Amino acid sequence: MSAGPHSRTSSRDRILARVRSAVAAAPEAPVPTRDYLTTHTPDDPAAVLDLLHENLADYRAVVHRTTADELPLLLMRLLAYRGSATVLVPPGLPPEWLSAADATRIHDRSVSTAQELDAVDSVVTGCALAIAETGTIVLDAGPGQGRRRITLIPDHHICVVRVPDQVVASVPQAMPRLDPTRPLTWISGPSATSDIELDRVEGVHGPRTLEVVLLQG
Amino acid sequence: MSGTYLGMPSFPEAAKEAVHNVTLRANLRHATHTIRDKRALAVAELADWAELREAGKQIKDHTLRYLDRYLEQLETAVTEAGGTVHWAADAAEANRIVAGLVKATGEREVVKVKSMATQEIGLNEALEAEGISAYETDLAELIVQLGDDRPSHILVPAIHRNRGEIRDIFQDRMGSWGRPAPDGLSDNPTELAEAARLHLREKFLRAKVGISGANFMVAETGTLVVFESEGNGRMCLTLPETLISVVGIEKVVPSWRDLEVFLQTLPRSSTAERMNPYTSMWTGTADADGPQSFHLVLLDNGRTNALADEVGRQALRCIRCSACLNVCPVYERAGGHAYGSVYPGPIGAILSPQLRGIQSEIDASLPYASSLCGACYEVCPVAIDIPEVLVHLREKVADQGGKGHRLEKAAIKAAGWVLDHPAALAAGERAASRTRRLHPRKLPGAGAWTADRELPELPAESFRDWWKRNRT
Ligand code: SF4
Repeated sequence: MSAGPHSRTSSRDRILARVRSAVAAAPEAPVPTRDYLTTHTPDDPAAVLDLLHENLADYRAVVHRTTADELPLLLMRLLAYRGSATVLVPPGLPPEWLSAADATRIHDRSVSTAQELDAVDSVVTGCALAIAETGTIVLDAGPGQGRRRITLIPDHHICVVRVPDQVVASVPQAMPRLDPTRPLTWISGPSATSDIELDRVEGVHGPRTLEVVLLQG
Repeated sequence: MSGTYLGMPSFPEAAKEAVHNVTLRANLRHATHTIRDKRALAVAELADWAELREAGKQIKDHTLRYLDRYLEQLETAVTEAGGTVHWAADAAEANRIVAGLVKATGEREVVKVKSMATQEIGLNEALEAEGISAYETDLAELIVQLGDDRPSHILVPAIHRNRGEIRDIFQDRMGSWGRPAPDGLSDNPTELAEAARLHLREKFLRAKVGISGANFMVAETGTLVVFESEGNGRMCLTLPETLISVVGIEKVVPSWRDLEVFLQTLPRSSTAERMNPYTSMWTGTADADGPQSFHLVLLDNGRTNALADEVGRQALRCIRCSACLNVCPVYERAGGHAYGSVYPGPIGAILSPQLRGIQSEIDASLPYASSLCGACYEVCPVAIDIPEVLVHLREKVADQGGKGHRLEKAAIKAAGWVLDHPAALAAGERAASRTRRLHPRKLPGAGAWTADRELPELPAESFRDWWKRNRT
């Protein structure tokens, strides 16, 4: 690299010295107060779930509710409805979820290229958390979710949320449950742009269709 | 390839041109009004908005006061997580570092997620000079780049272009940068977005180097955060083997928990959404997931000058939501290009002269690019008192002595375009002096503005009422 270690060190020291002299005369700044709410939603699991459903749908995710018994049939139908011949499967996805699906399972291996993943029709994952007030699912690359790229490249993402243990009401409730050392992807509705005369268009680079399955019981 | 800001005329001159551009003004008006109305609804959903705003302000002020400590903590955390931290005192050094890192990979092209910091330092041009092609991948940035143009808004950089122009740009220019636009492309936004998707996908899938900025960096954990909508950010942040993030030193926050404030305020203030479609957070490198080589370039480039100014340093709290642009009567009239910087609107008027100094004509004129109505302060999610900083900077320009005085005079004189609409100015200043607590009694700049011109009768109604009646 053109800037050698020596010049790097000196820029580091120079910047830090400039920072120190810039604030030297400033009064001490207290630890921030946090008078804001930790949630805006009544502490009622059914109401939180309804709010999650509503906010997901408001951002144009397709929402389904089901039970463990019904899940394999639902996933089979969702994939068949889209005509998906292939489905990406993260390594730790519970095998019974896709036990009824006809689509060929594709496993994401580190040698798989992005081009190969681009040829896959759908992806099914779990999640780390869902946040009702913002209509957000959070992925943390855990076993049922896989690498970040698998929920990005295919055009159709089905995400299964376990209710109630993976549902929180608010962003402040989500933070302590997430591990910042893992790569995190927060998803609120499908990919979208409003760059052309502010007309909202879904699906620029990420999946055009996001389906969220609320799995109860 | 995208135009630079070098040789820009001063704000008033550039603005005069914009005022006469009918398409530009119609686009801007539609955009700013639409976004700000939606934003008000999104904000109203949170009963604790005032507390969130106060917390955001305090978190940023606290960080700035102890910025040296937090930067060192960040450096340690990023390094422990497998990243490499570089420090760049100015644009030239940052560009040198990035170009060196790209060359070390042996690659000749990079994909970029929209980043104001890299625009600020002219990274694309610097890379081009080294024979490296940098592809902007945000749809609006792509429009700007293909059109050999400059961004005009923080959030929607191509808002000055309408769909017909975008279609023409895609049809004429895509082919020389990669996959051409499909035959018979119409000006339908869905079709245009699809053309961009196809054009960029081949670049994403083969990209080995990604370049980004970041909205936040967490000192405690070394986590970087990027908010976006389209997924181009996720593509740039996860598919390449090497990721280089260029981030201003003011973007650090102390703790993981601090993000809970900005995750609530930034999307609502910016795109008027409860949450933007995608937010990516990464900490160094992760095993077999995403780039295996991560470089963070910490950029000063004038930020420590702003930090040294006890009134002006609050500009460094800015989280680039763009809410202040959308409520600014001057921005709506003048357009983003008139500000001669990557940072347009009210925040640009106080940030650019602090980052670059007030010696040039454009920078000396920027503190006058305002009617001091105070709307920007009211919407700012980190409560930056932009009018206070504007007035403070006007004093500085006036204090520059002979040359400064000349610049000040020139700025005021050439700014007839705002004074041609005296009701806006008068109403704005009246509202400002009546409603704003921290507002100084004497407005040095405004005094000079009004000295050689008769002001009309002050209207009895408030600025907001007047504005509503006249502009919506
Ligand atoms: S100054 Fe405030 S309102 Fe303007 S872009 Fe920055 S954070 Fe947003």
